[in-house]
Amino acid sequence: MAKRIGIEVSIALAEAVKLCNVDVIAAYPITPQTHIVEHLSELVADGSLDAEFVPVESEHSAMSCCCGSSAAGARTFTATSAQGLSLMSEILYIASPMRLPIVMVVANRAMSAPISIWNDHQDIMVQKDVGWIQTFAENGQEAVDLLIHAFRVAEDRKVSLPAIVNIDGFTLSHVIEPIEIPDQEDVDKFLPPFKPKYRLDPRKPITMGPVGIPEIYFESKIATNEALKASKKVILKAWKEFEEIFGRKYEPIDAYRTEDAEVLLVTMGSISETAMTAVDVMRDKGQKVGLLKIRLWRPFPIQEFRKAVGKTPILAVVDRHLSLGGVCSPVASELKTLYYKVPSAPKIFDFITGLGGRDVTVEHFEEIVDKAKSFAKRRPKDYYHYIGGREK
Amino acid sequence: MARVDAIVGWKTITFGCHIFEPGNSVKFRTGDWRSQRPVLDKEKCIKCGMCWIYCPDMAYNQTEDGYFEVNLEYCKGCGICANECPKDAITMVPEEG
Repeated sequence: MAKRIGIEVSIALAEAVKLCNVDVIAAYPITPQTHIVEHLSELVADGSLDAEFVPVESEHSAMSCCCGSSAAGARTFTATSAQGLSLMSEILYIASPMRLPIVMVVANRAMSAPISIWNDHQDIMVQKDVGWIQTFAENGQEAVDLLIHAFRVAEDRKVSLPAIVNIDGFTLSHVIEPIEIPDQEDVDKFLPPFKPKYRLDPRKPITMGPVGIPEIYFESKIATNEALKASKKVILKAWKEFEEIFGRKYEPIDAYRTEDAEVLLVTMGSISETAMTAVDVMRDKGQKVGLLKIRLWRPFPIQEFRKAVGKTPILAVVDRHLSLGGVCSPVASELKTLYYKVPSAPKIFDFITGLGGRDVTVEHFEEIVDKAKSFAKRRPKDYYHYIGGREK
Repeated sequence: MARVDAIVGWKTITFGCHIFEPGNSVKFRTGDWRSQRPVLDKEKCIKCGMCWIYCPDMAYNQTEDGYFEVNLEYCKGCGICANECPKDAITMVPEEG
C-alpha cells in the first residue's frame, strides 16, 4: 500500500517521473526552472534512476533534445516555466505534428516584465494552440497522478502526442503537501513500456519532419488536430483505469456543489481549492453558487463542459491571463464561443485576477459572484473585469 | 502550386508526415514557378558538364549524344548554369504565357 508523506510537490513529481522509468530527461537548470529537474539530476547522478540526463544550454535546446530522443524511441521528460516555456515555443509546434509523446510539467508562472517568478497562467495560455494534450492540476496529489496519466495517454499508439501537465508555479511547485507516492508495482501495471509505432533506427531508416509544401501542409495540420480531438477517448479510458488501480477518480470537468446553482464559477489550477471554500461560505449564506474546475484543457471537453453547466444561467469565468489588447481572455473567450447563439445559453462574464502571484481570496470570489449577478441584470460596458487590481 | 503525383488527404497522410521510402521528392514536380529558363546553344557547347555539376536542383541529365539537357519539371530558372558555363552556351530566356 502506498504511503502518504509530506513532500514538496516538485520533489514528488520527480519521484513520479522515476516511477515512470523515463529514459531521457533534457532540461536547462536556471530560473525559472523548478526542483523537478534538479531532483531528477540527483536521482540520475546517484544511480537510482537509470536514465540519460542532458543538461542543455537553453530551453530551446531542451525541447529539441526531447524531440530527438522521443523520435529514437526513448521515454522522454522535461519541465519548464514562464520565459523558459516561451523559449521552447518554436519546438513545441514541432513535437505534436511529428507525433512525439514527450511529457512535460509546466510550473505556470507570470511572464516578465516586470520580473516575476510567481504564479499565473500567462506562460501557458499563449501556448494553448501548439497541439499538446494539456491538463491542469489542482493540488500536489493530482499533479503526481496527472503526470503518470500523461505518459500513459501520450504514448498510447492511438494518441502518440506530447502532453503538458500544468501545475501552478510556487503555489504548487514549491510547497510541501501530503502526497501518496504510488507503488512501483501499480505504476508498472498502469503504464506499459514505451513501444512507438515508428522510431529512428539506422537499420530501418525513415524521414521524420520533412518539408510540407502547400499541397500537404494543411492535411498534416488537420491530421494532428483530429488526432488530438480523438485523444479524449483514450484520456477518459486511462482515467477510469487509473481509478481502478490507484483509487482516485479524475474527470475532464469537476463539478462542485452545482445543484440548482444560479452562478457557476469556472476555475483552473490551484485556486480551485480556494474557490471551493468560497462556494461553501456563499452556500452557508444561502447563495446558490457552485464551481466548475477545468482539468482537461486540450483537447477541450466540449460535451462534458456543456453537461456540467446544465441549465445554469450565469457563468463567472476566472482567467489568470490578460490578453493584452484583446476582447477578453482565453478561457472566457472559448466558453463564449462554445455558447454563441445556443438557445438558453448561460450569460458568461470574464474576471481577470491573480496575476503575478497575487493572492486570490474567498472575498475575491464573493466579489466575482456579486458582480456576475449584477451584470446578468444589467449588461456591463466592458468585456472583462479586473478583480483585486488596485486603481490608486 | 506544384504538380504532385502523390496527392493524399488528411485521413491517408502518413503517420506524423513521416517518409518511409526515400527519394519521393521526384513525385513533386516543382519547376512551375520559374520566370526564366535556360536555352542551350549546341554550337558553343563543349559537353564539359559544368551546368550539370553546378545545378543546385540536379535538374540536368546527360543525354546519349553527350550533351546536358535540363529537365524543366524541376528547373527553377535560377540561372546558375548560364552563369557558370565557360563557353556562354546557355542563355536565360523569359518564360511566356
